[in-house]
Amino acid sequence: MNTIRKENDNQKEVLLSVEHLRVNFKTDKAILNAVEDVSFKVYRGETLGIVGESGCGKSITCMSIMKLIQGNNVIYEDGKICFEDVNTLSLSDKALQEIRGKEIAYIFQEPMTALNPLYTIGNQMSEALRLHVKISKKEALKQCAHYLEKVKIPNPNEVLMRYPFSLSGGMRQRVMIAMALITNSKLIIADEPTTALDVTIQAQILDLMKELQGEFGCSYIFITHDLGVISEVSDRVAVMYGGRIVECADTDTMFEKAKHPYTIGLIASRPHGEMVEDRLPVIPGNVPSLNNKPQGCPFHPRCEAVMDQCRKSFPEAITYAPGHTVACWQYIKE
Amino acid sequence: MKGVEKTVLKYIFKRLLFIVPTLLGGILIVFSIMNLTPGDPGRQILGMNAKQEQVDQLNHELGYDKPFFTRFGEYCIDLSHGDLGTSYRTRRPFTEELVSRIPNTLKIGLSAFVLSSIIGISLGILAAVRQYSLVDTFSSVTAILFASIPGFFLGMILIYVFGLKLGWLPTFGASSFKHFVMPVATLTVATSVSLLRLTRSTMLDAIRQDYIRTATAKGCSKNRIYWKHALKNAILPVITVMGMSAGTVMGGTVIIESVFAIPGMGTYMLTAIRAKDIPVVMSSTVLLSLAFCLIMILVDILCAIIDPRIRERSIG
Amino acid sequence: MKEIEKTEYIKSKSKGERFFENWSLYKKNKAAVLGLIILMIFVLVAVFADWIIPYDAAIDQSSAERLQNPSSQHFFGTDRLGRDVFARIVHGSRRSLSLGVLTTFFSVLIGGFIGICCGYFGGKFDTIVMRLCDVAVSIPPLLFALAVVAALGANMTNLIIAITAISIPGYIRVVRSVILSIVEQEYIYAARMCGSRNGVIMFRHILPNAMGPILVQASMNVASMMLAAAGLSFIGMGVQAPTPEWGAMLNDAKDYMFKQPYLLIFPGSAIALSALSLNLVGDGLRDALDPRLRT
Repeated sequence: MNTIRKENDNQKEVLLSVEHLRVNFKTDKAILNAVEDVSFKVYRGETLGIVGESGCGKSITCMSIMKLIQGNNVIYEDGKICFEDVNTLSLSDKALQEIRGKEIAYIFQEPMTALNPLYTIGNQMSEALRLHVKISKKEALKQCAHYLEKVKIPNPNEVLMRYPFSLSGGMRQRVMIAMALITNSKLIIADEPTTALDVTIQAQILDLMKELQGEFGCSYIFITHDLGVISEVSDRVAVMYGGRIVECADTDTMFEKAKHPYTIGLIASRPHGEMVEDRLPVIPGNVPSLNNKPQGCPFHPRCEAVMDQCRKSFPEAITYAPGHTVACWQYIKE
Repeated sequence: MKGVEKTVLKYIFKRLLFIVPTLLGGILIVFSIMNLTPGDPGRQILGMNAKQEQVDQLNHELGYDKPFFTRFGEYCIDLSHGDLGTSYRTRRPFTEELVSRIPNTLKIGLSAFVLSSIIGISLGILAAVRQYSLVDTFSSVTAILFASIPGFFLGMILIYVFGLKLGWLPTFGASSFKHFVMPVATLTVATSVSLLRLTRSTMLDAIRQDYIRTATAKGCSKNRIYWKHALKNAILPVITVMGMSAGTVMGGTVIIESVFAIPGMGTYMLTAIRAKDIPVVMSSTVLLSLAFCLIMILVDILCAIIDPRIRERSIG
Repeated sequence: MKEIEKTEYIKSKSKGERFFENWSLYKKNKAAVLGLIILMIFVLVAVFADWIIPYDAAIDQSSAERLQNPSSQHFFGTDRLGRDVFARIVHGSRRSLSLGVLTTFFSVLIGGFIGICCGYFGGKFDTIVMRLCDVAVSIPPLLFALAVVAALGANMTNLIIAITAISIPGYIRVVRSVILSIVEQEYIYAARMCGSRNGVIMFRHILPNAMGPILVQASMNVASMMLAAAGLSFIGMGVQAPTPEWGAMLNDAKDYMFKQPYLLIFPGSAIALSALSLNLVGDGLRDALDPRLRT
């Protein structure tokens, strides 16, 4: 389990590698491809940001890592998700329980509904700890209070006795974050963790998460649509559109030398200091819905550089520069 | 912690106090229904051929000639002293009949209520946890079938099969354990079906919630998710409906007792209603309503124990 | 994820398309379609009862033809007074079905109206009505209905009144809570801000949106209303002889069921089968109209 695979290109240990992941939902009428042929890697101690508009499949991709999306209507096909060389998609429920919460933790984005309304915060937090660590209830609660303090919750001992309904959305979100951090997981997936928080708290939480990364060497996958947050926390960025990764590079490269037209548009449309015009540039059009995805490259109806080839098939991702992959027909030369 | 207990007790006391106006309202409604309609007990008892003077005489003896609100007031005052009145028809005190009849009704009602709760809820959970499995399909089909068969028809089928054809069980009366098997079974089936359907759907609803996904992500086992996280949320509406089904059971006993000719409260009430025996109808209604109110309070308290949000709202 | 698809799905459809959508959802539920077919047969029998067999056959007594077993002359045999059981079941369908439908109709109408007023106006009116509901539901429902029928006299009209009366409080509560959830929504604020009159807001904006849940609730209840009415008739507190009604027919069968079990089987099956069809249709409607409840 602990055999460490060395990567030749930059000598970093791969913690998680997602290979050709496909997630399909079977409905009465058709099979919807929510995630198509997604591959990426997360190295130990790094933060990978996944950016994309809502509905692009970023949450589904990440939930698949812990096999949280299950059911009669879910088809994974032949993709692989290797966490420390174990394919989580092929694991039994029992083996998954050992990984969930202990090796990989997940911070969900719905603070209002993600906590069980009928149990106290203390109960739910200590459960997360006690499922994986053998300690007494009292010890666990002490630990919980400690982590609540870390996420800047005042009166942690009092909050532990309270129920989710009596906490504000921001407080609940911080409880969720504390609950995910408490087991010192190797990989923490944060699904828009700071969206519900105000800016000062957001900065504090991001600092805290970085601090813990330095302390324990954990890796993060940071899902967000906020490019500001991404530029602050992540080492590398993957951009998703229509269920596919269209570009992946380290953060600096991404912000300076983005290649894919969607990424370029995304970066151009965010407010920045030296704005010349009064209006922000926008990408025309809307995100396609799952049940009428355009053929070929999903971005082609909104793309300015659209070519005939784009309407026919999706381009293979090519390595544009070391560590920088892009999937766009513009860069594929015959 | 002591303070919390005090507020809970205060809440329970408040709810108990609220029974009084509710019951008074109920008594007034039934009392008016029974009184403000044509016909009088004297005529009912003596028959169509009796002379008007005799009828008037009897009505006077029964106190029926007094104005409506006087009688209502008198009834309430008697009630507050624990006097449940005297039957117009038999001239015997209500409590006397009660003592001989209520055990039968209680036996049927309570065992049907307990059995149907156990069967309905556990099958409902099982069906939800194993959605689309054989258990689920089977219990769903059985549930909708039995929800469509009225208790009195089911009771008569049981009488025909087990009583008349096979001769295993007595078909009427209430003198031994065997006598209660069929009535209880009939009533249990009718009541458990609605609980089963409700439990299944609330459980399925709970399983789909976000907090279940959180629990899964924490590494909870399937069993822990079902029994700790989903069930507690799913059971809340079920408890409320269990309270309501206590009312259905009470109504059901009236019909079931008459199918199986069991001398209980139901048959007693039915006779009294036919004979316009107002004190008996009133006092039976009061007793049953009181029991029903107490059950509903119990339901509210149970819900408040389970759900902190209800506790916050009602206890404050 | 499924929810997201569904909302997108529904938003993009027009009214007609949505009806078609609902119907195709309903159609997929085989049990619900079966229920609808059985129900249609019962309705047709009730409507064309006089064409199938004259009403006289259902009430004409004949001592010569007492308690005859089913034969080609009397499909379902004859009862203790020599009346044709088949004819009584055919004509009984009119009473039994209309008892279920009419009681539901009236209680939805009355309960719905009061519930809308409670939810929309709130205030003192709401408080008083809700307290009255508390009082009404503190009496076990069937006993309440019994008292009403006993007081007013046992016949079909009073049976309808009694069953309607016991189900009104439930509808008031359901409708009120549905309305309350709608009144809070932005488009109602918008309508108020535009200066729409109360009546216009209630009937143009709120009612159409409340219709779905109310209809689902009503369709789920028709069967139990019908069964309650049959139960009251069974204990002699409903439709009176010689009028044919299924519940009362079962009561008649009580003393003869050992020798003539068909007296029990036919009316009982008629009740059970019609209730089953109503339950299946109700479930199907719920599943098609209310995606949140879908299981």
